[in-house]
Amino acid sequence: MPASAERYLEVQRSEEFAQLRHRLRSYIFPTTIAFIVWYSLYVLLSAYARDFMAIKVIGNINVALIFGVLQFVSTFLIAWHYSRYAAQKLDPLADEIHSTLESGPAAEAAATTTDGGKA
Amino acid sequence: MAPQILAAEADAAGSRSLTITLFLVFVAITLGITIWASRQTKTATDFYAGGRQFSGFQNGMAIGGDYMSAASFLGIAGIIALYGYDGFLYSIGFLVAWLVALLLVAEFLRNSGRFTMADVLAFRMRQRPVRTAASVSTIVVSIFYLIAQMVGAGALVSLLLGIKPGATFLGMDANTAKVATIILVGALMIIYVTVGGMKGTTYVQIVKAFMLMTGALIMVLLVLAHYKFNLSALLGDAATRSGKGSAFLEPGLRYGVETAGDAAKTFYSKMDLLSLGLALVLGTAGLPHILTRFYTVPTSRIARKSVLWAIGIIGTFYLFTLALGFGAAALVGGKEITAQDKAGNTAAPQLAQKLGLDYLGGETGGAIMLAVIAAVAFATILAVVAGLTLASSSSLAHDFYASVIKRGNASERDEVRVARYSALLIGAVSIALSIFAQSLNVAFLVALAFAVAASANLPAILYSLFWRRFNTAGALWSIYGGLISAVVLVFFSPVVSGSATAMFPNSDWHFFPLSNPGIISIPLGFFFGWLGTILSKETDPEKYAELEVRALTGHGAH
Repeated sequence: MPASAERYLEVQRSEEFAQLRHRLRSYIFPTTIAFIVWYSLYVLLSAYARDFMAIKVIGNINVALIFGVLQFVSTFLIAWHYSRYAAQKLDPLADEIHSTLESGPAAEAAATTTDGGKA
Repeated sequence: MAPQILAAEADAAGSRSLTITLFLVFVAITLGITIWASRQTKTATDFYAGGRQFSGFQNGMAIGGDYMSAASFLGIAGIIALYGYDGFLYSIGFLVAWLVALLLVAEFLRNSGRFTMADVLAFRMRQRPVRTAASVSTIVVSIFYLIAQMVGAGALVSLLLGIKPGATFLGMDANTAKVATIILVGALMIIYVTVGGMKGTTYVQIVKAFMLMTGALIMVLLVLAHYKFNLSALLGDAATRSGKGSAFLEPGLRYGVETAGDAAKTFYSKMDLLSLGLALVLGTAGLPHILTRFYTVPTSRIARKSVLWAIGIIGTFYLFTLALGFGAAALVGGKEITAQDKAGNTAAPQLAQKLGLDYLGGETGGAIMLAVIAAVAFATILAVVAGLTLASSSSLAHDFYASVIKRGNASERDEVRVARYSALLIGAVSIALSIFAQSLNVAFLVALAFAVAASANLPAILYSLFWRRFNTAGALWSIYGGLISAVVLVFFSPVVSGSATAMFPNSDWHFFPLSNPGIISIPLGFFFGWLGTILSKETDPEKYAELEVRALTGHGAH
């Protein structure tokens, strides 16, 4: 539908949307790179730094085990932090754009999108 | 099970009938739920997406149910029990992978798609070719995964029911029992899916996840109590009992093995470890049966919440497997585990039996614990195969039948009817393939499914969501390119020919030295997607605007 397509382009070009995209991408892309690097470091150390991984820290608990558990901890922390960030910085902005779309001239856009589906 | 532990044959029989009884109770409860769910299943949205009514916690449990397969429960515990630390590598890869799903995929997929992965891939592309490609890769990934689970079920049954070579059970020898189990599991999964649809299947996952977590928790507490909650003592005992000393607690006994004097072999072994690590972490967000789970909740925020729950549940479970694996190494011992199953798949049930024996009233306690954990293992397999069958039959009906054959003119009723027949077809095909594939290694099939998902599906999904320029040619090149490179590399790898443990141990046509293709095929999938895109002039900025606005704001979400 040309009218609604126009509307989507308009929203996509709007300042609010640019801000939402910026807030989203500046969080998810660097975070993804960070955890992939952190995980790769773990895999690489497991493959190539066996002596380091074998150092015993407390009793029989060695660096390898602590490093592995830290991967769990970092995963939990990133998930928790993202949910907080999204709730504070992304959701309100997304809601705002969403409600302008729903009330604006593109209200019918939702009903006429791609796979002929219902809104 | 472990006949040397059992004092009398009577106990084995008692444990066996208890296992069967408990399993039948699980089947009865889940069938009841399925029939109840079928009464609530009226529209296509009900069938494909469970009516989008599930809460974040419910869907988080169901994701856990779909994800914690036999490979996770029996496989990882077994690898840890036999090879120590290296099994933990799997757990970590499988868990960290969820961050890819959380940050890059779940919410946007929920906002812009309807029922299948292809809804997002084909959003701004030419529908028919892209949906065909997505359907092909969905089915290939799901079937590899399905066969792995069903072969696993077949392999376990004779052990879990205690059918020894030469002995019979209900008139069946071990081989017939395997085939019978595969058919039974296949038939049940077809019923869950055709009758209950997504609603029924989701509840089956929830029940299974609850059973699995409870069973594992009890075992973990008993293991830890045995060592007075001193983790170091548990690890020390496991290392001593393994006969490998402190090497048992370090990486390198199974993956990235260092072969003295053979630099090439050492190099390839380490590359294989990196390849496996990459496939594990990037595969999850491309698994169709996981992706369709995000459609079962009302909004993208609840999809986010369900992934958070899933990360908590799955992470906790993988920490449990650490205690189970080292516990089995320390309390059962590698020798007794390999005597039962060379791959170590029975380590967890054997540990259950030993714990019951020591802490819950001797022989009877051992038999009860074994029966409970065996029933949990069967429930685990059954739930996972149902999820896989649903995802692939949804894609066959919604993508291939409705969009490709009927060009978008199929009625909802028609589509759901075709989805039910598809489940029957896919169920029948995987039963047949599983019977012929019984000699295949389960872990290899699962790792292959992850590698194909990461090579064929993930690049296309990420480009679709985040790259304005991406187009039909790019989508087709990345899906087919990733799929074909992964499958071809595996075909010419030592897991298919040219090694003692290969599918065809007596022939040798391998030239690719790694057993996991991920490190080559995943970058290739991304590369082909990029190349196909820039070689084609097609762009559709308007459709991308619609996709991006909808994905980020939830506007027009189904």
